[in-house]
Amino acid sequence: MKILLSWLNEYGDFADPTDDAAVQRLADVMTGLGLEVGDIARVGATVDGVITARVERLVQHPDAAKVQRVYVDAGDGHERHVWCGAFNMAEGDIVPLATLGTSMPNGMTIERRGILGIDSEGMLCAPDELGLGSDHSGILILPEGTPLGVPYGEVLGVRADVLFDLDVTRNRPDCWGYVGIARDVAARLGVEFRPPSPVLLADGDQRSAPIELVDGDRCGRFTSIVLSGVHIAPGADWMQRRLAAAGMRPISNVVDVSNYVMLELNQPNHAYDLDTLGGGGFRVRVADEGEQMRTLDGETRTFTSSDLLICDAHDEPIGIGGVMGGLDTEITEATTTVVLEIAWFHYLSVLQTSARLGLRSEASARYERGCDPYIIETAQARFVELLRETCPNLVVHAGMVDARGPGLPSLERSTTVRISEVNRILGTRLVADDLPGLLDPIGFTVDGDGDTRRVAIPSWRPDSDVEIDVIEEVARHHGYANLGKTVPKSTVHGNLSVRQQRRRELRDLLLGLGISEAMPNPFLAPDTLSKAGIEGPTISITNPLVVEESVLRTSLRPGLLESIAYNESHRRPRVKLFEIGHVYPPGSGELPDEYEALCVVLAGADAPAAMAVWREISNSLGVGARIDQDRVPPGLHATRSATLQAGKNPTGAVGEVDPRVLSRFEVAERVAVLELNLDEVLGREPKPAAWKPVSRMPSSDLDLAFVMDDTVPAEKLDKAIRQGAGSLLVDLELFDVFRGSSLGDGRRSLAFRLRLQAADRNLTDSDIADVRRGAVAAAAKLGAELRG
Amino acid sequence: MIDDIRAARDAALALVEDADSLESVSALDTQLLGKKGQLAVLKTQLGSLATVDEKRAAGQAVNEAVQVVSTALEHRLVELREAAVSLRVQAERLDLTEYVGKPTRGHAHLVTQAWERLEDVFIGLGFQVAEGPEVETDWHNFEALNMGEGHPARGEFDTLFVDCAPAGGEPGRTVLRTHTSPVQIRTMLTQEPPIYIVAPGRVFRRDTPDATHMPVFHQIEGLVIDRDITMADLAGTIEAFTKAFFGAGFTSRLRPSYFPFTEPSAEFDIQRPDGSWLELGGCGMVHPNVLAAGGLDPEEWSGFAFGFGIDRMAVMRHQVADIRDMYVNDIRFIEQF
Repeated sequence: MKILLSWLNEYGDFADPTDDAAVQRLADVMTGLGLEVGDIARVGATVDGVITARVERLVQHPDAAKVQRVYVDAGDGHERHVWCGAFNMAEGDIVPLATLGTSMPNGMTIERRGILGIDSEGMLCAPDELGLGSDHSGILILPEGTPLGVPYGEVLGVRADVLFDLDVTRNRPDCWGYVGIARDVAARLGVEFRPPSPVLLADGDQRSAPIELVDGDRCGRFTSIVLSGVHIAPGADWMQRRLAAAGMRPISNVVDVSNYVMLELNQPNHAYDLDTLGGGGFRVRVADEGEQMRTLDGETRTFTSSDLLICDAHDEPIGIGGVMGGLDTEITEATTTVVLEIAWFHYLSVLQTSARLGLRSEASARYERGCDPYIIETAQARFVELLRETCPNLVVHAGMVDARGPGLPSLERSTTVRISEVNRILGTRLVADDLPGLLDPIGFTVDGDGDTRRVAIPSWRPDSDVEIDVIEEVARHHGYANLGKTVPKSTVHGNLSVRQQRRRELRDLLLGLGISEAMPNPFLAPDTLSKAGIEGPTISITNPLVVEESVLRTSLRPGLLESIAYNESHRRPRVKLFEIGHVYPPGSGELPDEYEALCVVLAGADAPAAMAVWREISNSLGVGARIDQDRVPPGLHATRSATLQAGKNPTGAVGEVDPRVLSRFEVAERVAVLELNLDEVLGREPKPAAWKPVSRMPSSDLDLAFVMDDTVPAEKLDKAIRQGAGSLLVDLELFDVFRGSSLGDGRRSLAFRLRLQAADRNLTDSDIADVRRGAVAAAAKLGAELRG
Repeated sequence: MIDDIRAARDAALALVEDADSLESVSALDTQLLGKKGQLAVLKTQLGSLATVDEKRAAGQAVNEAVQVVSTALEHRLVELREAAVSLRVQAERLDLTEYVGKPTRGHAHLVTQAWERLEDVFIGLGFQVAEGPEVETDWHNFEALNMGEGHPARGEFDTLFVDCAPAGGEPGRTVLRTHTSPVQIRTMLTQEPPIYIVAPGRVFRRDTPDATHMPVFHQIEGLVIDRDITMADLAGTIEAFTKAFFGAGFTSRLRPSYFPFTEPSAEFDIQRPDGSWLELGGCGMVHPNVLAAGGLDPEEWSGFAFGFGIDRMAVMRHQVADIRDMYVNDIRFIEQF
């Protein structure tokens, strides 16, 4: 929202636009009120050294076709000669002359410069060269009778000004107009607030534009007034300048006044040509399904039964309620009688229609935030007052129509406000008598006495309704900066939950193992999961940005495989990555069966590397799982992978990625992978390990090598030895695996070292023989033979 | 006799001095102080001396000589050992700048680093850490946060919807959470006040990626609910966080703003030591409707909430020019941090 300071100053003495410090203070005050000033632009500054001069003679030079010699009089009786590339002026015209030494806005300095050996004593200026718009079609011609030798800015009424760029929040619809901003700022600064308050006087005979309000819920109020004696002409110069500064193109007196009233009072309004308004009246109703109309922008719009239309008395649509008018009832050069329509629409009606049509206008932006239904009389009077400047014969006809519907908000809204509640929420020590001073100036009129007061809610604050809304106004006008800074007297101690601590331990462990953390996109292309060999139902985004990012992942693996492929293609093989993140398989209800997962991928490594990571995690975090190689997790290598099974639930997967999957992801290396469901792994905190005394007795080692079929897991042999060896076994380690033709096909030798020790005595030969016998017997049950 | 003893002693000391290896010292020990050593022999001859005085004097001299030689042997032994170690140390010089390989520790994601730093600061300020699902119900994401059906502010969130549907129902009520604020509701519904939590997490918006926006990004949310929590407490907590996270030279301010789920609402800005301001996030007093949706009586409890982006903290700290770089997973990027 662009706000011109000179315009704002109409409603209060806020700041002198040439006083930079005052301008900055005003900006700070606005920001402090919640009207955040994003940018402060200086506009309309004149160029020093450019003065008015009269063209005395124009002379062509035979050797210079593109320039002419101009002799000017700047009022000092001395004729000056300048070269000029423009030919739009005639002798006697008064033009701006940039004298020698002038610094132009484009950075150029005017110097004595010669063409064909003849000096130029200055430069005549086009409008754009003086920062007056973009016109470069010729030299600026000033009005006849302009005095000579004076700064051109005085003649044009151009003054230094400031344009604020305000960010107005959704809850402040009133600040979409100058008057609303001025009211807030005046209250905070304690300066006099001077809103326009014209009164409408009908001076013509009875002439009405009747209104049939069919949908009075969406349109709470619809008014019309007939104005004759209109003469379409350019708008007043001062108004054109202001509108242009606000970024609005001046069009004609009627359109300019309409826009000016909207910007000033935040009240959109529409002027129709009475002679082309079918039946000379209005009908406000919802559209028929499929009904069409051409809007002002030339587009043909198709409506649904949820759109509100303004129709003429013949029921032909001429506008979309609160959004945009139709093309066919526009004011033309020939218009002499207008119907001024000013209405109030419910914000939701405008919001929905404008969103559905993708059609935004200055009017819809205001209505969808909420306008003041009771500013309409002022807006009408202001419209008439301003139009009269260029239409002195304007007649206001008696017979204004004011149709009201049930959707019209009450003028009498109020709430009680307890000073104790104000202080409880804000931490202030205000007394009830402070309230009128803070609230009355912004129209929240405080009534009654005692600690609970009744506060009227002004009609321009549709966002405000209940006590807490008023407390916010108290806070704003008391000043957020004056609330102080305290800290709560908390009895809570800060900490991480067990799960959060364990997540950190897990991450730290993985980092320590040389694995880095990645964060791939959780949104996948529709075929990515099946490319990864992972089937099953998924959840899709119904309004994705792109279809390649429209499926919610049910596994972290595809994203990491893509990361490996990316790094391989950038000459970084052997990356080790992990991700801790959510996956979203569908559930039975409104929400997916979302859970937190871990995936580790080790490019260029094989399954034992993934097993090593699992063993580290298992050991550090105190979680165990059965390695079930008979159940190959989807997408993994059929003979080098296993499901990790804890109790009844699979808790993860370990192994290598299926080579077919790797080729589909264009990954050249083997990829070892470990996946865990962290809801299972982090959710349970293992009991602290119970102390076991360390024996002071000597220990003894026993090495046993067994030959066993490849199909029997080594883990089973490990368990069997532990069982068979009995209580003297304090440590067991597989230290060598050997395959060779001497052992036979499909068999291997597994060598274990058993460390034996008793808690309270030295070991005897018979102890060791017993352990050996027990271990060998237990191994034999698995078909493992002691190697000779 | 005494002279013989002295001569033997001096001869022995000379030999000790010339010994140049541990083995020769060991051999000298036997040779000089053993039973066949000259001093031992002289000792056996003491009996042949005439007088008791002579015997005593000579005996004393022998003992002294043995003592001196023995000490000399020990010293020589120490000297030679030290020389041997010294030689070894000289011989096994290494160039410590001769690295093979690279540091092996992995690198945490930049967002994780910022996330944990933020968590740690808030834990220090007395907060606990809460979490919630990333796919949310419309009720938790909007309605309970004072944004009922048709609330204009809903349009500002650029929500991504998913095709989940309740049993027998229509899809359209499930969203990818647009902010971490649903965790406020979930916390209120499951935990009795006093509540002092921060909720870091992943959030989603239908935003086309550019240098400062990602459709998937991270926020941290704070929620305090207790008796007599005031807006001054909010300002003071933001100030405490500012100093703890950014440094003692930083301060903060609140200025009015608008969010449906807080009232009064504020933006909070951080002022750097050079005086410049940085807009950080939004905050405010928890709206009574939100407390009620969380099952709490707004007349009994009051509270504040605040929130801001984690990704921005990460890129600011490391001057990363384009936020998208954090999500490419290029190992050359990851290894920088």
